[in-house]
Amino acid sequence: MSTRLATGGRLVNRAQKMNFTFNGERLSGHAGDTLASALLANGKMMVGRSFKYHRPRGVVASGAEEPNALVNLGTGNRLEPNQRATTTELFEGLAATSQNHWPSLEFDIGAVNTYFSRFLPAGFYYKMFMYPRAFWKHVYEPFIRQSAGLGRAPEAHSRDEDTYEHFYAYIDVLVIGGGIAGLQAALAAGRAGAQVLLIEQTAHWGGRTPVDGGEVDGKPAAEFVEAALAELRGMKNVALRTRMMGAGVYDHGYVLAYERMSDHAPGTPGPRHRLWRLRCKQIVTATGAIERPLCFAGNDVPGVLLASALRDYAVNYGVSIGDRTVVVTNNDDAYRTAISMKEMGLEVPAIIDARAGGGGALAQQARDLGIRVETGKGIAKVKGTRRVEGVAICAQAGEGAVLDEIKCDAVAMSGGWSPVVHLWSHCGGKLDWDDAQSMFRPRASAPPTGATGEAFVIPAGSANGHLGLGDVLADADAAGRAAAQAVGATPPKTAAPQGAGPDEAPIEPVWLMPQGVDIKLRMKAWLDFQNDVKVSDVQLAAREGFESVEHAKRYTTLGMATDQGKLSNINGLAILSDALGQPIPQTGTTTFRPPYTPISMGAIAGEARGKVFQPIRRTPIQDWHEAQGAYFEPVGHWRRPYCYPQGGESHAQAVEREITQTRNSLGLLDASTLGKLVVKGPDAARFLDMLYTNMMSTLKPGRCRYGLMCSENGFLMDDGVVARIDDETFLCHTTTGGAERIHAHMEEWLQTEWWDWQVYVANVTEQYAQIGVVGPNARKVLEKLGGMDLSRETLPFMAWADGTLAGIGVRVFRISFSGELSYEIAVDASYGRALWDKLLAAGEEFGVMPYGTEALHVMRAEKGFIMIGDETDGTVIPQDLGLHWAISKKKDDFIGKRAQERSHMTDPDRWQLVGLETLDGGVLPDGAYAVAEGTNANGQRNMQGRVTSTYYSPTLKRGIAMGLVRHGPDRMGEVLEFPGTDGTTHKARIVEPVFFDKDGEKQNV
Amino acid sequence: MKRYSVFAVAREAARYHTGWERAWKSPAPKKKYDVIIIGAGGHGLATAYYLGKNHGIRNVAIVEKGWLGGGNTGRNTTIIRSNYLQDPSAAIYEKARSLYETMSQDLNYNVMYSPRGVMMLAQTEHEVRGYLRTAHANALQGVDTRFIQPDEVKKLVPIINLDGPRYPVLGALWQARAGTARHDAVAWGYARACSDMGMDVIQQCEVTSIRQTGGKVTGVDTTKGSIDCDKLGIVVAGHSGVVADMAGFRLPIESVALQALVSEPIKPCMDVVVMANTVHGYMSQSDKGEMVIGGGADGYNNYTQRGSFHHIEETVRALVETFPMISRLKMLRQWGGIVDMTGDRSPILSKTPLEGCFINCGWGTGGFKAIPGSGWGMAELMAKGQSPLTDEFSLYRFREGKFIDESVAAGVAH
Repeated sequence: MSTRLATGGRLVNRAQKMNFTFNGERLSGHAGDTLASALLANGKMMVGRSFKYHRPRGVVASGAEEPNALVNLGTGNRLEPNQRATTTELFEGLAATSQNHWPSLEFDIGAVNTYFSRFLPAGFYYKMFMYPRAFWKHVYEPFIRQSAGLGRAPEAHSRDEDTYEHFYAYIDVLVIGGGIAGLQAALAAGRAGAQVLLIEQTAHWGGRTPVDGGEVDGKPAAEFVEAALAELRGMKNVALRTRMMGAGVYDHGYVLAYERMSDHAPGTPGPRHRLWRLRCKQIVTATGAIERPLCFAGNDVPGVLLASALRDYAVNYGVSIGDRTVVVTNNDDAYRTAISMKEMGLEVPAIIDARAGGGGALAQQARDLGIRVETGKGIAKVKGTRRVEGVAICAQAGEGAVLDEIKCDAVAMSGGWSPVVHLWSHCGGKLDWDDAQSMFRPRASAPPTGATGEAFVIPAGSANGHLGLGDVLADADAAGRAAAQAVGATPPKTAAPQGAGPDEAPIEPVWLMPQGVDIKLRMKAWLDFQNDVKVSDVQLAAREGFESVEHAKRYTTLGMATDQGKLSNINGLAILSDALGQPIPQTGTTTFRPPYTPISMGAIAGEARGKVFQPIRRTPIQDWHEAQGAYFEPVGHWRRPYCYPQGGESHAQAVEREITQTRNSLGLLDASTLGKLVVKGPDAARFLDMLYTNMMSTLKPGRCRYGLMCSENGFLMDDGVVARIDDETFLCHTTTGGAERIHAHMEEWLQTEWWDWQVYVANVTEQYAQIGVVGPNARKVLEKLGGMDLSRETLPFMAWADGTLAGIGVRVFRISFSGELSYEIAVDASYGRALWDKLLAAGEEFGVMPYGTEALHVMRAEKGFIMIGDETDGTVIPQDLGLHWAISKKKDDFIGKRAQERSHMTDPDRWQLVGLETLDGGVLPDGAYAVAEGTNANGQRNMQGRVTSTYYSPTLKRGIAMGLVRHGPDRMGEVLEFPGTDGTTHKARIVEPVFFDKDGEKQNV
Repeated sequence: MKRYSVFAVAREAARYHTGWERAWKSPAPKKKYDVIIIGAGGHGLATAYYLGKNHGIRNVAIVEKGWLGGGNTGRNTTIIRSNYLQDPSAAIYEKARSLYETMSQDLNYNVMYSPRGVMMLAQTEHEVRGYLRTAHANALQGVDTRFIQPDEVKKLVPIINLDGPRYPVLGALWQARAGTARHDAVAWGYARACSDMGMDVIQQCEVTSIRQTGGKVTGVDTTKGSIDCDKLGIVVAGHSGVVADMAGFRLPIESVALQALVSEPIKPCMDVVVMANTVHGYMSQSDKGEMVIGGGADGYNNYTQRGSFHHIEETVRALVETFPMISRLKMLRQWGGIVDMTGDRSPILSKTPLEGCFINCGWGTGGFKAIPGSGWGMAELMAKGQSPLTDEFSLYRFREGKFIDESVAAGVAH
């Protein structure tokens, strides 16, 4: 049983106790523990269940590579599923529960899957569950979904109470990884004067060095770590951050880093996570290496750990996994674990070394300590189901005939080390297979490159395939210097520190233990512990033709678990290569994708939540609308009043009241959201002639013109009134939603096609408030405010003038979107509310009526004015809408002109704008289509038109609609049928699209 | 071909699964085929499959530069729906959806088509009107959709936040028989069925040039040698422009990376697919438990199948707002695939200027859902020279201005 040792544990503070719960049981650990070390200290060997077979799972690793020890952390609004216990720092009051079992961790019904595992090989689900067909949706899939999944889903209504933030920084040299290589690389770059950021994903510096030992320049390596840190902390050009992981490397030196600010101390004020977006000139990846498991039967039983992890728990946390640890290895490093165990007074019944020749100096040291060392041997099988009870050993070269059985309660395995090449690979760095060390390592000649073709990632230390301390330091020193030089700094001529460790015998690849093991045991030799992928599964994939490593991965789910194959991928592709009879490099790796370990959605979203998700743009009159209890609708990034209900009014009643009063007397509209683009320069008129279908260059200063703007493909994209301010200045109004889009459209043409034209465009939408004063009493109320002549003669329809009203400087446009006598009054934004209030006061005697967007829509439809987004949808050209009059025939060119000459655009069968009147006076449904006889070749009902806008008109007391109909203008009086979606059919007559005041008598007074 | 069934699995279990045969053969190319399809993705394999099944053309090779299903077929977010607005789109996507319903039985390969329902949220009045229009069109097109109210949205998706401070949910377009499928299985199932019909699926075989005589296609040169053919189908999403160039014509296509991501797996919490177009994000939960999230397309052209981050941020932000409970889940993996974008965002299934050479491309961000319908129509086009499913998707529509534009939300209301 795992337990806390009486002494040891360099990272824990035995004086400080911390209470926590696991599955409701109250336990305690020490400050400095991880959740994994604390669980192990409390004898909790089994911490979860696997994904597919619900096998008992124990801690297998000590860091980010852990596939098994995943817990639900916290409760309620703080629940976080799939949290790795090995990277979760213990805190007072931590509450964790184990995952993927029912009803409990110890007694899990799902564990029956393990008895059926023979029937559930890789890809079994592709071969069955096909009949009866309806069963997939109703029986099989719900069952599979319930037994799959891992962590608990947060409650449907839970709200994350923590906050998150984003940081941005420009960095000369980013060093990722605070182990001995990262420290040395940072020193080398820092001493050269480069600006350096050194980040480390854990809370501690030094990486494996303090555990693994060795000497640097004749002193213990741990002392070197302390000295390096002290020097780095003294450098003004170097910043150091712990609990910050390099998550992803993207094009052009863009790095995503993930800082966990308060996961170790929940409740600390400030954000929980911080997501850093770094632009780096050079990136040194000193990300270390990860130990590989060995593949033998029963290697998934709780109590079988990576040899390095066993050593970590003992040295760092003073925790032993068992009293009797069998070490099984194909390399020398695992001997360190045996020696550590022995030195702590624990038993090591045997070291089983698969290499016939055994190990080097460390092996001798182990023998000297009296440890039995078996060479050329392997584990045939682990005994025990819920925890290790013993191992059967056999000849590695054989088929598994048991030579001896050894009682033990822990197994330390080591299959060699794999450099962490993820960050090197994210942006295209290539790998080489190093046969001597049995590992993929960065190919120096194929790094990720930037826009200029220069390398921007430099691997260092064991991440670059150097495992010996001396090599690591030399390589890291060179990496740091190279990075500094690449950013223009000059490294001083200092020698790299000299690291020294014991001589190690070479690794011998062992992908299967024993080599000739039979199928029954291969079905018990795990590759991917979380997803339950076994050696036999990968071999089955190969047999069935899933020969590409990507196919094998996807067919077996190897490496698709939350650890993304950090432990399993290399073993898996070695098994695949063997099955295919090809060398490992020919098989290759699957693609490394960001992030290195999972990062929270909250951190990705950052501050942009709730009201600041997309900040709402507010007009200067917004407060008034809100105070009136307006009902708002989102339009672009604005929210505009849809209507202003009074008392118990429905929205429809409010709209009717607003329209009636506006048509009868006076209405007010907050039109501030309309886009306003100033187009200025000697070539402004020429530019607008290209942008609009109309001729704008002939517009006189002081006058306005309604303009249409088309896309390159000829489709109508926006409309609005253009006012000519002076010879070189135009003010272009756009739709509310179109301001930014049209601004960008103008800039695109100016910057890419007409870059030599002298034109500037400025978006001044928010610089002005604009108020529509509408209705028969519009002129009267403005005259009451006083200050300028607004008579018909001085300011006729489609003219504008500057002046003052009620002492406020204004620009008055005499334009109308309602068919009424109407002025739009623009003022500096800061005067918007003042003018609004004055208009309300002055209009009181006329029963002034503010109206919303729906009244605006209805009134324009009564007049047959088109609305962008209703009558248009990106497929409609101005000619469809009877707007030929707005398309200049005199211009050689405008954007969309050529497109509008194409055969389909001039097809007389195009649907064209008409008015529609229901026979019964009712309102046509939104979006309804007019049907024609018969069906098309695909069996679809033929159509001959559609409704584009449909409203109840309070003015006409009946439903009115606009629509596009084939040959519509030639078919006045014809009745069309519009089927609803509810089985009803609506009949409507084709009429002129102008329903109200056809001669414009009201607006031209 | 040995049929797959629960009995077959049981039989094989008895002998430790040592008796399974290859799902598809990996033959060397023959000298000549009636038809060569370039590209063993879903669309290419489906084209070959229906050439054999519907038209009796079985002397077919499907050549693939990498591994079959390794392009967008294996990179998409697996959504299948047919609630399109325009007639030609609704026809081909609905054909596809209906074929997905019976695909597992047809191919004897469980592609796990899950008709769990797809909803598209309406979060502005403008979107409401747009989806009402789609619902009307769909009714006439034989596509079963309806507009549902917020309370029904909430019932179907308990984790949704209807009253986001920014964009309230005003309703949704709901297609109950839409859903998801296991994307890899679609490619594998078709490959197995094609192989069983005697077709040759040839992987690791890159086409290096297209041979022609007198304006008519005669074959291809590949990294595995020259192969002759009477007809050639180019079905290489993401690289269409490159291969079309070999055939001597240009395409109105831009290639951009589309981003996607998954969360770590959790127990079931979302039974339907939700698309939120106003805020740009969509999400479903895979059978494995991961939240599968689709992002946007990068704003620049490229051919690297790599992830970039800015769209990931935009998408996740939108989805945390729409489904607040995902805030403490974690992103497990992000990736990108290269999509072909045409001017009207609709595909091209067409004859080409080179006689005997046909092209299927331009599916943009929506190709997976179309695979069987696309294959069905493409096979008919290649066999007969014409298909009602593909007629409107001609390469020449851009010359005529006869676009099939689905982006009805191009304009925004005043």
